[in-house]
This record gives sequence, structure tokens and C-alpha cells, in this order.
Amino acid sequence: MTNSTDTPPTPVDPEAPALLSMRGVDKSFGAVQVLHGVDVDVLPGQVTALVGDNGAGKSTLVKCVAGIYTTDAGEYLFEGSSVHVTSPKDTSRLGIEVVYQDLALCDNLDIVQNMFLGRELRNGIVLDESAMEEQARQTLASLSVRTVRSVRQLVSSLSGGQRQTVAIAKAVLWNSKVVLLDEPTAALGVAQTRQVLDLVRRLADNGLGVLLISHNLNDVFEVADTITALYLGRVAATVRTRDVTSSQVVELITAGRSGDLGLAPATASASA
Amino acid sequence: MSNPAPPQDERSRIAELARATATNAPIESAKEPSLSEALHGYLERLRGGDIGSLPAILGLLVLVVGFSILRPETFPTASNLSNLMVQASAIIVLAMGLVFVLLLGDIDLSAGVAGGAGAGVMAVLMNRYEVNWVIAVLLALVVGVLIGLTIGLLVAVVGIPSFVVTLALFLALQGAVLLLIGEGGSVPVRNEVIVAIANRNVPVPLGWALAGVACVAYALVSLIGWQRKRARDLSRDNFVVLLTRVLVISALILAVTGLLSQNRARTTAVVLAGVPYSVPMIAVLLVVMTFVLARTRYGRYVYAVGGNAEAARRAGISVRRIRMSVFMIGSSLAVVSGIIGASRLQSVAPSAGGGNTLLLGVGAAVIGGTSLFGGKGKVSNAVIGGLVIATIQNGLGLLGQPQNVNFLVTGAVLLLAATVDALSRRRRASAAI
Repeated sequence: MTNSTDTPPTPVDPEAPALLSMRGVDKSFGAVQVLHGVDVDVLPGQVTALVGDNGAGKSTLVKCVAGIYTTDAGEYLFEGSSVHVTSPKDTSRLGIEVVYQDLALCDNLDIVQNMFLGRELRNGIVLDESAMEEQARQTLASLSVRTVRSVRQLVSSLSGGQRQTVAIAKAVLWNSKVVLLDEPTAALGVAQTRQVLDLVRRLADNGLGVLLISHNLNDVFEVADTITALYLGRVAATVRTRDVTSSQVVELITAGRSGDLGLAPATASASA
Repeated sequence: MSNPAPPQDERSRIAELARATATNAPIESAKEPSLSEALHGYLERLRGGDIGSLPAILGLLVLVVGFSILRPETFPTASNLSNLMVQASAIIVLAMGLVFVLLLGDIDLSAGVAGGAGAGVMAVLMNRYEVNWVIAVLLALVVGVLIGLTIGLLVAVVGIPSFVVTLALFLALQGAVLLLIGEGGSVPVRNEVIVAIANRNVPVPLGWALAGVACVAYALVSLIGWQRKRARDLSRDNFVVLLTRVLVISALILAVTGLLSQNRARTTAVVLAGVPYSVPMIAVLLVVMTFVLARTRYGRYVYAVGGNAEAARRAGISVRRIRMSVFMIGSSLAVVSGIIGASRLQSVAPSAGGGNTLLLGVGAAVIGGTSLFGGKGKVSNAVIGGLVIATIQNGLGLLGQPQNVNFLVTGAVLLLAATVDALSRRRRASAAI
């Protein structure tokens, strides 16, 4: 990671083949328009960070991508073709998995049971525990997860970082192509944050497209290849991480512009 | 912006620290744990608040030893054991149904009277309309399913808390049974088959054969499953632990069969021996329900919804359907329990299933180790807890204690079990880092 201010920041190449693209997304709740013509791309093998202040529209955008909200306007492109997404089932069929902030794991089940929850393998009517355990083991190994002692541990006995690891491993178990991570390191300690960020990087290195929603610029600069900054429901800028400094990103988040990056002054102040 | 980036050098220091503290041990390669590891793991789980049926088993041992010392002439005898088994049967089956409801963190206060209603329907059909017993029992079960469906709809679809719905049904169903049977009256149950459940015994040779089959089947299922896991190098129990469990359970089955196979008639004119029919009935229910909870997708979903309903919903599980189904299972098993009760009394009174019936059922499930907070429990908990409750009642009866002592002691034991449940839950919550 080089934080060079000598070279002018360049916007991301719009021609790069994206796994998932949102184009010109509008979303309103009643009279309040939350998203204004948002464009965001998730590229294979890359971590795209979505940053923004509280109320910038990060969560709304994630829910639109996940299919929980339907968009009012705009295009949803997956692997280059336009798709119609109306429910979370549509997105998981496409190969998009969401890891939510509050994890959505069952404390009273073990790691294998959680990873296969809702998609259990069966032999007739009997659960095929052996096959599930083997696949869970392989998935964790493919992600070089070394932090859990046994895949038959109950989730209630895991630390925050290990839980996040299980939640992420659950998302990639199904050969997903895109993984959305909502604040994966919130409420984690230093060492655990490290583990999770390593895992996020490995997801991208395995060829998946990762959309990382984060408040924490340390994390973003650590793992993200590109950064999309939202400002009051608009994309302030999408930049390569190596082209910008964290103070520039902070300005994009707080003011919508930084130097010649970001929204035109008129738009930025009009939004505010 | 809540967390502005620290300067570069601090960031690399943090990363360095993190690398140093992260564990690098590989995932356990599914080796069979050694005996000491297995023991250590078990103690660790106990310390973590995962105590299961241990207090109930210890309690049962204390009760049996205590009552045997206090009443050596009457308590540890074959005839009393047979009595105790029959007493426990209705409680156990009721508690089995309640385990499903409790696994979701719900409660069914109407289970006792639902059993009474089912038994009432069966008795009235057989007695007044001379319906064949098979059809009468099936219709009684339909009544159970319908009661469960009603509760399920009101709880899962309308969204009324289960304790309010079932409290209302507790009253309403008592009214319905009173209407059905008539005030002050009671309907006799004379059908041979129904009366046999709690009053007749399995012929001794057949009893031994069933016990033998049960032991061999249990041993085979355990050993084959273990061998299969070892072949694929999956997580499994220590072999000695597994073998000990198989041997202890087989020994218990054979010991109870042996005791009950003795002649326990008071006179020499008749022979009274064998296992009461309700015991193999409970064994079958135990195996079937345990299979459903532990080995099928439905069972997995019940645990998931009980553990974290939101996670279950996000995993695509229909929480509403699962919630409705547990009430249907609960009420149906309550009807089975009501039929066992009717068989024991050979009649159904309008008060059937009222009084402390439900309290004993909930008590049995909770004493056995099923959590009132949902997500934790097994069908076998109902069996162990039901035996504890029945032993208390039976023993206090032999000691000649009045009903008030019985109520006080049973209530205290239920509170004790609920306290253990709440404390171990707190322990589990704090065990996670």
C-alpha cells in the first residue's frame, strides 16, 4: 500500500469487467430519497470497500444489492447481464452471499451445523453429517482458517473473530461469486480483526468479488483495492486505494469532495 | 467518521502485535480423543454450563437410595417399580411433547387439559357410540393435532405470546371437556387394549426378547456409526467412552427387565410378572422422537429456530411453520399421555389433565435438562425428568406424606431445576469470549 500524494488520483477504469454492477440506483422511503443515482462495481479478485458516514446510505445500498429492498430506479448487472432481483433468494441463486453485522449464527449449534443451516445435505431423510463435516473442513482449510480447534465446537464457545470467520466461511461454502461483508470487524479486538482481514483478503485472492462495508479506514486501507465513498446518498468518488491517502477519503466521507476528487461543489452543498 | 486512520507506524505495530498473538494451531485433524482428553472435554463442558441431564441423574440416584433406606420393605420392590413406571409413563409422554415446545422457547400451559380432552373424546366415542378403539384413538389424536394447530396459528401467525394463548386454552378446554362428559360424571374406559397399556404386562419371554433386541440394536447403531466416522476420519467419541455408555445403558435395560420379570403377585394363586405395556411404548416414542430431533432436517430446524430465530429465518427456514408444528407435536403427545392416564384410571373424569398434570410435565422436561429459554434439550430429558418426578411422588406416598407435602416438594424441585437452568444459561453466555 502506497499513500502517495504526488501522482494525481485516478478514478477506477470503468471498462474493467465487473462481477456485479449497480448503475444509477435510486431508492426512496416515502418522501425521503436515500440513494441518488448510485453506481457501484464489485470486481472479481478484488475487495471493494464501501465507506460513508452514518446515514450516507451504506446499509440501504447493501440491502438493495442483497435483494432485501427493491430499487426504485437503476440497473442491476450480474456478470455483465441485467438481472431482476426482488428477494434475497434471487441473489443467493446468483451466487451473492451476505454476511451481516449481527452474524446470524445459532449459538446452540456447532460450526458444521451453522455452515449448512438451511441447506443441509441429506441421505434420504437422514442428515448426512459425515459429508457436511468433510465439506465444512475443506472450506475452512481452503480459506486457511487455523483459528478453530474443532468443527464440532458449539458456536457459543467461539470468540467474536471465530464467529465472524464461521459466518464468512458459511457464505463461501456455496461456491458464491460475490460476498458482501457488513462491518465484519466492528466489535472485534486487534488480533481478531487481523484474522478476519486476512480472511477477507484470501476471499478475494481466491477470485471472489468482495464488497466490504466498513467504518474503519484502517481496515479499508489494509485490504481494499478500490474504495467507493458515499456522501448523503450519492457516490462521492470511486478510487483506487493506492492512489489516495486516508485524509482524502475522510474528506470524501465528511464533505463529499477532496481537492478535484468527488462531487462538484454545487452538488455537494445542495445535498447537504 | 468514528475511527480516523492512525499513522502508518502505529498501524504496522498493531499488525505486528496481531500476528504475534494469533494462534497458528491447525484445525484438529479429527483424531479420536484420548480418554483423558474426552474426560477433560466433558468437565470443560460442565464448567461451561452445558450440564445436560447430570443433575437429574444424580438426583434420581439420591432419591432411589434415600427412599430405599427409609422404606426398605416397600420402595425397592418389583411391584413398586412396576407402579412407578406406570406413574411415570403419562408424565414422560407429556414432557416429551413439551420438549419440542420448550426447544423454541415457548410454553404450552394447555398440554395437560389437551390430553384430558383427547382422552375424553376417545372415551366418549368408545363408550357412547361404540366406535372401534383404533378409530377412537385416531380421532383423539386428530383432536390433539387440531388443538396444536389452533395454538400454533394464534402464536405464530397472529403473534400472541404462547403463554397467553395456552392459558386461555387451558380454561377453554376444561370447559369443553366438562361439556363433553357432563358435570360430576365420568366416562368409563373398558376397552381391553386401552386398559392394557397401564394395567397389563408384556409376557415375560417377549419382554426379555424386546429388551435383548433393544440392547443389541443400540450397540450396533452406536458401533457402526462410530466405525463409519473413523473410516472417514471425522470427529467422534473416544471408543472407551462409547463402549461404556453402551454397556451401562444395556445393563440398565436388562436390570429393569429382570426386576419386572419377577413374580410380584401378593398371593400364590396368580402370577403377576412382566414389563408394563407402557414401558415399550415409551421406548418406541423415545427412539422415534430422538431420531426426528437429532437426525432429520426438521429437527435441526427446531434447534435453529430455538437458538436464533432470526438466523433461521435468514437461512430460509420457515420459522412460522416450525413454530406451528411444535405445538401440534406437543398437543398430540399430550393426547397420548392423556390416553395412558385414562388407561391407568380406567375412566376419564371432566377434571382429567387439570390440576398439577401440566406442572409435572414441564417439571419433568426442565429437571431432565431441557432449557426454558429454548434451543437446548432432548427427548431423553423427558424420560429422566419424568422418572425423577414419579419417584418423588411415589416415595412420598410410601412415606405416608399428605398431599400438601407432595405439592410443596414437587414445586420446590421444579423451582430448583429452573434455577439450575437459568444459572447454567448465564454460565454458557459468559463462557463465550
